[in-house]
Amino acid sequence: MSFLNNLITGISLGSVYAIIALGYTMVYGIAKMLNFAHGDVIMVGAYMIFFATGSFGLNPIVGILLAVVVCTVLGVVIEGLAYKPLRQASSLAVLITAIGVSYFLQNAALLLWGADPKVFTSVIPEGSLPIEGVNITYVSLVTVLACIVIMLALTWFTSKTKMGKAMRACSEDKAAAQLMGINVNRTISMTFAIGSALAAIASALLFSSYKNLIPTSGSLPGIKAFTAAVFGGIGSIPGAMLGGILLGIIETFAKVINTNISDAVVFAVLIIVLLVKPAGLLGKTIREKV
Amino acid sequence: MNERLKNRQPTKMVPVPSHSIVPERDVDKPPILECQHLGIDFGGLTAVNEFNLAVGRTEIAGLIGPNGAGKTTVFNLLTKVYQPTRGTILLDGKDTHGMNTVQVNKAGIARTFQNIRLFDKLTVEDNVKIGLHNQIRYPMWSGVLRLPGYWKKEKLAHESAMELLSIFDMQDLANHQAGSLPYGAQRRLEIIRALATNPSLLLLDEPAAGMNPSETADLMENILKIRDTFQIAIMLIEHDMNLVMGICEGICVLNFGQVIAKGTPAEIQANPKVVEAYLGSQKKEG
Repeated sequence: MSFLNNLITGISLGSVYAIIALGYTMVYGIAKMLNFAHGDVIMVGAYMIFFATGSFGLNPIVGILLAVVVCTVLGVVIEGLAYKPLRQASSLAVLITAIGVSYFLQNAALLLWGADPKVFTSVIPEGSLPIEGVNITYVSLVTVLACIVIMLALTWFTSKTKMGKAMRACSEDKAAAQLMGINVNRTISMTFAIGSALAAIASALLFSSYKNLIPTSGSLPGIKAFTAAVFGGIGSIPGAMLGGILLGIIETFAKVINTNISDAVVFAVLIIVLLVKPAGLLGKTIREKV
Repeated sequence: MNERLKNRQPTKMVPVPSHSIVPERDVDKPPILECQHLGIDFGGLTAVNEFNLAVGRTEIAGLIGPNGAGKTTVFNLLTKVYQPTRGTILLDGKDTHGMNTVQVNKAGIARTFQNIRLFDKLTVEDNVKIGLHNQIRYPMWSGVLRLPGYWKKEKLAHESAMELLSIFDMQDLANHQAGSLPYGAQRRLEIIRALATNPSLLLLDEPAAGMNPSETADLMENILKIRDTFQIAIMLIEHDMNLVMGICEGICVLNFGQVIAKGTPAEIQANPKVVEAYLGSQKKEG
């Protein structure tokens, strides 16, 4: 039964990666940039929940809502201050800026909240489903369900609502979208808002299982979720889900074999997949027209 | 060619202040578009200079000229893809100075592209709905929570999109991916998408490019139909002289960024400068 238990742990971890990866993939799809500060937005969200529930004793739901609001605002502010002025700049300049924002957030957190680890209290009740033989914790269950709900909601949003369609139009051809009267800047802001709100939800789920919270806690899950997004095909929403869940499963099973090499295995798999399918599992290879 | 096109009488054109002519029926109202001394430089290159033109409110105007004459540049100036170096653009009497592409679109200019730029991965209907983006509005949270307002507005958007698609009999293609349509249908869809933004001036950049003569004849009929139904002005760039001479009321000829002639189709055809621009000057042999 340990195989099944590991699989469940993997799917649950992968679901968190998937939710974070959605933030990377949507921003990449629409703004064509890699927002490396995304992982640190998760860290900020986690601190918000920590202080709301731990220090002020608020209800975890209130804590999560607060984190969602703070992260959404943070995401939109980061986009407006750091990335928007670089809309016409080379992608390398934007990439470096994103790394700069990432360090800024980490150090701001260090300054504000100190380097000593905070122990996150789970927002979801501890314990497992009363099923003989398999160990499904409530945290895993909620994580997987949250991931499915978010995935369905997001797919529906992008295909059936006005703003979602505007996002897809912008991701295909920004100039043509503008000429059809779509405000591209507002659409990009909205994408950051959605991605950052998802980051806040991801922070609640992630730190409910992995409780140690320090200012750099967001960066490794961030990098792994980015890997998941590339793995599944960056720019694709189902790709981010598939990539995230596969990555979570691979990581968990690699940990069973040897904890020290689990990350190495994860990235080795990424390299192999990219060698075989450079656009990722669900990514489409774009052929340049000449 | 059908009867209506065959029996068309030449429109009587009358002069307006900005050294242009507009159809007589439009002269009581201010022109929808007025360009005054419009020009743009790219570095040291003057792409368009001293472009003066007035377009009547229901006029079909043609912009012609040899390759590289600056026709598409004029469209890019009108839609603010480029900001003009000199001159003013008055849209319905309002100066568009300082507006960006989105604002100009909202103010009433819509366009199609020389190289088709549809949203290939979206369905035909969704492409039209992108054009309707600013026409049918609802707040984002209404869409997220699927409030009654969302369903009502989406239904309205669906109906409007279908009605627009019916102009070119494309309702049956609504659920196809735009990128999978044949070439001619893609060109027609671009026109519909532009119309969906509710323009008062529609700019068509080579609408007949790549069409066969029978498709072109249909297109001419449909351009007239669009003008009559929506009562809007249409300005088109086209190399197909049958189309230009057949439906345009006023024609403006550009060469090397300069207007070399303006007039009715008959006047343009008889203008030696135009013939020279297209065919080159006849050198007299000594």
